[in-house]
Amino acid sequence: MADKLISKIPDGPLAEKWTKRKSEIRLVSPNNKRKLEIIVVGTGLGGASAAASLGELGYNVKVFCISDSPRRAHSIAAQGGINAAKNYQNDNDSVYRLFYDTIKGGDYRSREANVYRLAEVSAAIIDQCVAQGIPFAREYGGYLANRSFGGVQVSRTFYARGQTGQQLLLGAYAALNRQIAAGTVTSYPRYEMMDLVIVDGQAKGIIARNLVTGKLERFGAHAVVIATGGYGNTYFLSTNAMNSNGSAAWQCYKKGAYFANPCFAQIHPTCIPRHGDQQCKLTLMSESLRNDGRIWVPNNLDDVKKLRNHEIKASEIPEDRRDYYLERRYPAFGNLVPRDVASRAAKERCDAGYGVNETGQAVFLDFGDAIKRLGHQRVAERYGNLFDMYEKITNSSPWEEPMMIYPAIHYTMGGIWVDYDLQTTVPGLYAIGEANFSDHGGNRLGASALMQGLADGYFILPVTIGDYLSHKFAEPKTDVHTQEFDDAEKEVQEKIDRLFAIKGHQSVDSIHKKLGNIMWDYVGMARTEAGLKTAIEKIDELKKEFWSDVCIPGSQFEFNQELEKAIRLADFLEIGKLMAYDALNRQESCGGHFREESQTEEGEAKRDDKNFMYVAAWEYKGEGKVPELHKEPLKYEFIEVKTRNYKD
Amino acid sequence: MEFNLKIWRQQNAKAKGHFETYHISGIEEDASFLEMLDILNEQLIHEGQDPVAFEKGHSGPVSFDHDCREGICGACSLYIDGRAHGPDDHVTTCQLFMRHFKDGATITVEPWRSAAFPVIKDLVVDRGAFDKILQAGGFISVRTGSAQDANNILIPHETAEKSMDAAACIGCGACVATCKNGSAMLFVGARVSSLALLPQGRPEAAARARAMVAKMDELGFGNCTNTRACEMECPKGISVDHIARLNREFLKAKFRQ
Repeated sequence: MADKLISKIPDGPLAEKWTKRKSEIRLVSPNNKRKLEIIVVGTGLGGASAAASLGELGYNVKVFCISDSPRRAHSIAAQGGINAAKNYQNDNDSVYRLFYDTIKGGDYRSREANVYRLAEVSAAIIDQCVAQGIPFAREYGGYLANRSFGGVQVSRTFYARGQTGQQLLLGAYAALNRQIAAGTVTSYPRYEMMDLVIVDGQAKGIIARNLVTGKLERFGAHAVVIATGGYGNTYFLSTNAMNSNGSAAWQCYKKGAYFANPCFAQIHPTCIPRHGDQQCKLTLMSESLRNDGRIWVPNNLDDVKKLRNHEIKASEIPEDRRDYYLERRYPAFGNLVPRDVASRAAKERCDAGYGVNETGQAVFLDFGDAIKRLGHQRVAERYGNLFDMYEKITNSSPWEEPMMIYPAIHYTMGGIWVDYDLQTTVPGLYAIGEANFSDHGGNRLGASALMQGLADGYFILPVTIGDYLSHKFAEPKTDVHTQEFDDAEKEVQEKIDRLFAIKGHQSVDSIHKKLGNIMWDYVGMARTEAGLKTAIEKIDELKKEFWSDVCIPGSQFEFNQELEKAIRLADFLEIGKLMAYDALNRQESCGGHFREESQTEEGEAKRDDKNFMYVAAWEYKGEGKVPELHKEPLKYEFIEVKTRNYKD
Repeated sequence: MEFNLKIWRQQNAKAKGHFETYHISGIEEDASFLEMLDILNEQLIHEGQDPVAFEKGHSGPVSFDHDCREGICGACSLYIDGRAHGPDDHVTTCQLFMRHFKDGATITVEPWRSAAFPVIKDLVVDRGAFDKILQAGGFISVRTGSAQDANNILIPHETAEKSMDAAACIGCGACVATCKNGSAMLFVGARVSSLALLPQGRPEAAARARAMVAKMDELGFGNCTNTRACEMECPKGISVDHIARLNREFLKAKFRQ
């Protein structure tokens, strides 16, 4: 079935591919658009912008979200900014440079054509967002301000204080609200997708659970768009929102959509370290802090010991006893190396015994120099709300003592495999934003998730989906009273009944925590063959434990948060296993995926381009069966593939 | 730390609610309020497995809305000891930490109380009315692809900052829950003001104010009597100045009519 992996990348020069593809795409006339129905699942940046834009075009859109309002989607929590190749700073930025930085940052495991298109449409996103009234930061003359971000040497990041994701999402949500008012979009809040319905090999609808009444409902359409984000919560503790989950994507996988590069998970270097074992969520501190903050640990174990015993404060340690290890190891990029590099460097120092808190898993992020250089007011303007947030959580003021940070799971680059049109291996099924795999390779650069979500939703999907729908306008509305819908609903109903029948003793969260520990220990920042095999065994055992001992109180026909979590955990258990499979298969280090067997003498990640320059697309083969690996070779026609170098 | 928790329990929108009291111990000072509720729920799930408790109609874990747990999604709510989002200032419940409570204290936890926000279950309410208000006009009517170059619209730094102050609203509903009139004026004011301050938002400013206020009235929110309680309890510190700006836009719209 390898012929399903046709990436549909247009021929021709890189800079002309998207224009060429757009000119080939068949159009749907306005009177026919009215007859076509599209389901969009998820209302983050990708889902909200796609649903709004499709509604504006005149399609009939149904949009679903699990929260009480589309505005709660986790895109809202993105802090630092959004990249765009505007070159407003005259620092020699360009579409090519944004493209190149993204490919290189992704450690040469993403598609040239997709990434180039992303960079190409990036400027239009900023225009669109400003027109929507998003209050981006401004210079005193009224022009837009920029900041720089990890992995790049230009300033191309646009921001709205430390709340850029919130503002962009509120913009997309406003556009969505406008379409809801206009009647082109119908919104279904507090609905969760339970399964994809396929008719004659094509995506034709979904089964969704009304989370308030608990009833299963059927929705038909001519096409289905998945915009449900990533699966970072497989690790239990992550920076993702508590309700973020991988279930919609997983249902698609089980219905025939290939799942690509599941092992590529991003570990963000600047999160507030763990405390105790009652915690359920890790808090991210924006990467933008690395613009002015300096990361260090003591250069001697004596100071480390004193810090852990609270005998000395960080601010009392003089310069000559500090090790600014990122500046030392990577002089060219310093504290602004990409996330994967910064995370591993922190782990390296902590593993060597230099961790600065009681758990030994923390490093300092210090604003002492920045406050001296810029003054209190300018630091407050840039980072004030982040400092406040840090202080609220830790009870320690970054104005007085450096912050303590440690890496945590943040984003998943892997996801549903899509072609250049963002269509999955199931005709009529599309995946956008974090839910797909296409643009970030092995590692995503900061401020690029927002860019991708909005690029897909505003500018790419609304165009490419037309090509599919142009063949569908003669088809009647999808009838939901067919055998296919009956079967799908029955399957979901049986799964829920099975979960309630277990009547075990462990809460969903307590099993999820166990999964999280397995994932963090064996499929985390450093992976080995033996460890990954152990992970697979342990996940299998835990899955059995879940299906024989989970306890779900209450009943199914009511608002029941424990049931929601249980359904999601059942999928996380399977996602975790596929992640381990993929990590085991990829016997190289690349981006966020670090195999201890594959490193240089200096401990840097060592890629194996000869054997692994491909997208690993996994096909579901049935319960208990080993998934089948399909390879989409990555061809680099326009850039030279190099070893990533952030040293000089 | 240990606490007695007096929590509002209500099976569904139609059922009659009541308070139940639970004892909880072994809570770290650095635990957040919602982590404390997670621990309580773990305890309740285990107690509920006891057949005797089950027979007596044990209520099971407490339902509450939450998501990002970092104060930005606006999902969490809770009226804690008579204050929206609890005793700390300018935080959401997920950013409230147990070190703000006295060890051994009795803490009362209720859902938002407002006619416009009916209870769904326990501490979960339906805030769909906020979506409806925004659908009435809380946007700038620009279609994808119509925008000019972003730097063609110059916006002074101070203006952008003011607009951002208002745009920081997370739509949690604390303003409504805390207002004795159940008014949504701070919520509406924040949106109207944020857009009215910007040149892009001017063309529709009056119509927007009129439409959103009309929808707010229709949905059963009360009137504003300038008690400023909303500003005090807003987790994002949004100022009532934005209500004043809403009133200006609203009056302009009226005169134009």
